[in-house]
Amino acid sequence: MKNRVSICLLTVFSLSLASFALAADEAPTAISNKDAIELVQTHANYLWTLVAAALVFFMQAGFAMVEAGFTRAKNAVNIMMKNLMDFSMGSIGFWAIGFGLMFGVSSTGWFGTSGFFLSDFTPGGDPWVLAFWMFQVVFAATAATIVSGAMAERTKFVGYLCYSLIVSALIYPVFGSWAWGSLFNGSGWLEGLGFIDFAGSTVVHSVGGWAALAGTIVLGPRLGKYTKSGAVKPILGHNITLAALGVFILWLGWFGFNPGSTTTADKSIAMIFVNTNLAAAAGAFFAMLVSWVKFGKPEVGMSLNGALAGLVGITAGCANVSPSSAIIIGATAGVIVVFSVLFFDKIKVDDPVGAISVHGVCGAWGTLAAGIFNIGGTSASIIGVQLLGIGACFIWTFATAYAMFKAIDAIVGLRVSPEEELEGLDFTEHGGNAYPDFGVSSHGGIESFVPSASSPMGAAAAGSKIIEHEA
Amino acid sequence: MKRVEAIIKPFKLDEVKDGLSKIGVQGMTISEVKGFGRQKGHKEIYRGTEYQVDFVPKVKIETVIDESLADQVVATIMEAAGSGKIGDGKIFVSTIENSLRIRTGETGTDAL
Repeated sequence: MKNRVSICLLTVFSLSLASFALAADEAPTAISNKDAIELVQTHANYLWTLVAAALVFFMQAGFAMVEAGFTRAKNAVNIMMKNLMDFSMGSIGFWAIGFGLMFGVSSTGWFGTSGFFLSDFTPGGDPWVLAFWMFQVVFAATAATIVSGAMAERTKFVGYLCYSLIVSALIYPVFGSWAWGSLFNGSGWLEGLGFIDFAGSTVVHSVGGWAALAGTIVLGPRLGKYTKSGAVKPILGHNITLAALGVFILWLGWFGFNPGSTTTADKSIAMIFVNTNLAAAAGAFFAMLVSWVKFGKPEVGMSLNGALAGLVGITAGCANVSPSSAIIIGATAGVIVVFSVLFFDKIKVDDPVGAISVHGVCGAWGTLAAGIFNIGGTSASIIGVQLLGIGACFIWTFATAYAMFKAIDAIVGLRVSPEEELEGLDFTEHGGNAYPDFGVSSHGGIESFVPSASSPMGAAAAGSKIIEHEA
Repeated sequence: MKRVEAIIKPFKLDEVKDGLSKIGVQGMTISEVKGFGRQKGHKEIYRGTEYQVDFVPKVKIETVIDESLADQVVATIMEAAGSGKIGDGKIFVSTIENSLRIRTGETGTDAL
């Protein structure tokens, strides 16, 4: 019996081998080519992820132009330095610590504990970790650079550098691990509950927005922005065309931000592209309409903010809502952002570019909308988890950022002195001038000025005293 | 020699320059300035907040000419720069002590 079974098995085995050998000489099939086909898809995934990463990187230029355009010429060099360093220091910080915290193995579900210094990569090993890291670092840098606009024109450069490193290495990645950890080696408690935030309305934009809120509160408003009686005195941006260029660049970069989050080259990116575009368009249009009705003329600053608000708003749900829903989400964000900007001015939180409104408030809206407009249908528990994520982000980010800014203020100082602020940060912080040839008012013209070594607390107190004057 | 300083509306510059060239004025200096007189500014909005802009953009023309040409120059500017509306500008005439050409050292009306 045993012998017969062995002979049968041997025969079957030999026949299989023979047919295999024969097949190698016949036309290839999908099954025989399975590995090669999968390799092509893998290559396409790499290609798409890295092209998208390059697009998101270019958003740094967008942020730089928006912030420069909406602030005064005498601070343009400082804006450029902050944006350059956000990305440069953020890259190093995220390489060293942030990536591991966000995507490392997470036994608790609250932060990762492996993969620091890109240790997941060994030369000759699987390079997917590199592609994935590259895509993630540009996201981290986006969250970090959101804050530079809100804190513009009065922040000490060294204080800003400290913030930038801490947010990229700690604050952003920890929350990110809760929502996105399982995209690599980790796992987060929030995503485990079904939290929807495909490309980061909360993970990236609200983190940036609430950190910006903390920073602007600790800093205080720019000199002369608010009068004692509560009136707002506009401080005009020096170049609206730069601001508009920045918005267009951000819109372009968002085509990497949202569809790239698939990290897969497949057909799903088409709807994400369309949703992204429709939300931006609706946001810009409706913000313009609201400004027209409220102020009597269609206003460019609000319209530009509206486009960005729409983009932030669709970022969470770009993969799970329909295009018509994307229009509604973007339009609502466009309306919200106008009222939010006015609100923060009313409570004397000075935000030169509207970062808190665009990224914090509309990030929260976008996250909620991803639950409401979910293609598969919504429910109380879906919306509940979205709200939970929104709340968790606000508590984590605002609390840690506020504590950090207070600590930075105590140690190195966060705000420049009133004289430095009036003269302009280009000269006082960097010894430079953004427009030496142009005859543009590129500094304050304060005679025989020497950068002061006054204590940061004294400067901040003096600053707040100076703004308490009648118009 | 007289110095004629005229503050005019910016879009009138070409007309004034052509008019002055026709009557023999060989040189002038212009600068972009802001100012106000009886012409009030206007309200603008920035990110939802209204503010008043008092200073209005103008162009200042300065030219130094021989005394004999002064009346003609003033008349030409009045004609070319005037529109009948508030904000047309002003002309100031003063006397110049001396003028020199840097390249050659010529003085007086030879320098003009």
